Amino acid sequence: MNPATEELIPVHQKMEDEVKLHSFRGSPYGCRVEIALKLKGISYQFIQEDLNNKSQHLLKYNPVYKKVPVFVHNGNPISESLVIIEYIDQLWKGVPVLPQDAYKKAQARFWAKFIDEKCIPAVFKVFGSHGDEQDVAEANEQLQFLENELSVKGNKFFGGNNIGLVDICASYIAFWAGAAEEALGIELVTKDKFPKLKEWCDNYINCQVVKDGLPPRERLVAYYKWRFGKA
Amino acid sequence: MGKGSEIKLIGTPPSPYVNRVQIVLNLKSIDYEFVEENLACKSELLLTSNPVYKKVPVLIHANNPPIPESLIIIEYLDEIYSDVHPILPSGPLARADNRFWANYMDTKFFPLFEELRKTPGKEGKKAIMKQIIEGSQLLEEAFVKFSDGKPYFGGDDVGYLDVVLGCFLGWTKFVEKHNEFKIFDEARTPKLLEWTNRIWSHEALKDVIPESETLMNFYMILMKYRP
Repeated sequence: MNPATEELIPVHQKMEDEVKLHSFRGSPYGCRVEIALKLKGISYQFIQEDLNNKSQHLLKYNPVYKKVPVFVHNGNPISESLVIIEYIDQLWKGVPVLPQDAYKKAQARFWAKFIDEKCIPAVFKVFGSHGDEQDVAEANEQLQFLENELSVKGNKFFGGNNIGLVDICASYIAFWAGAAEEALGIELVTKDKFPKLKEWCDNYINCQVVKDGLPPRERLVAYYKWRFGKA
Repeated sequence: MGKGSEIKLIGTPPSPYVNRVQIVLNLKSIDYEFVEENLACKSELLLTSNPVYKKVPVLIHANNPPIPESLIIIEYLDEIYSDVHPILPSGPLARADNRFWANYMDTKFFPLFEELRKTPGKEGKKAIMKQIIEGSQLLEEAFVKFSDGKPYFGGDDVGYLDVVLGCFLGWTKFVEKHNEFKIFDEARTPKLLEWTNRIWSHEALKDVIPESETLMNFYMILMKYRP
């Protein structure tokens, strides 16, 4: 890709644009990208990958990690969900995913990183250990940061009145965590402990662009029952 | 020139993540106040500035609340001081490529150094060193692609990945000497080896990357308090 030909000002999707997303139905990271695309009104082709039999395209497009999601725009592959979302936001006009203000953008990136590095791994660990006390305590500590952030800002979403990068990043907490909790009979994100976060979860999954991007819940619950060994 | 000391950087000299931000401040000729932190006894300022991670670096700009995380700080500085020495390229795809590799370095490559330090025994260390060497080969390919025959990842001058990787060169040299192996060498990573020599003497880096002795002292502290 020649740097001189790149669009520096957001544009509309062009008729001749080829937009593909390699992922699998049910991937929380792939879903992030889909929500961002839907928010921007971008048409794309979803290419289902079998993680036990990865396509040649996937291995070529993401040789470093060989993982989904991989976003391919006019033959140019991009990996890592947050990198993809920043690309989508910069390139295409429409609803902004990141804030315009440099400082608020920095804050949004910080929370997105925190969710990926600390929050999601801590929550996932609880499911892996079937609710081990120490793991729950650790997850609660991380979730409390998100609860505080919502409390302090007093907005409906992390992004303000509308969903943004941080909300999209926290999709796992809003939907996947709840399905895993149900599958395992564990209570983690409860109204008592995290009232703002629980309210956010309900508001978030009811947004149309989010609803359209989520996998069927019953199937996810069944998968978690199998995955964490409580079928 | 800079805008006075409206920028404060909380950090410790041996931290490569802190050095990263210092390099960018230098490249953009931004004046700043360096607030040195004692990591064994963290200040109230650091704990309130970064309550989530309690780590350095943290940037405080004028009256804004603090910004932690070196890569986030760099993108912030690049945006508000966009007229001097842009760090990231401007196009969305070029940015995505740069951010992907910075993410690889921070989540896959650099953590291997800490793992190497903490792993006891020769066999264990050998396995990690093998992974570091594999990583360096990926970085060699990345360098060839990004530089496209020019001296830096950023092309004619230092850019984002030069800073993201370059800040670690004090530590890579230290680790090479301490463990008696070569991370960057003529046979496997010739272009990157040339690059390390070139960037090591770049103005923006040379007064920032600590001397081996400072790193040795810091290493001994880490071995004692975080074995």
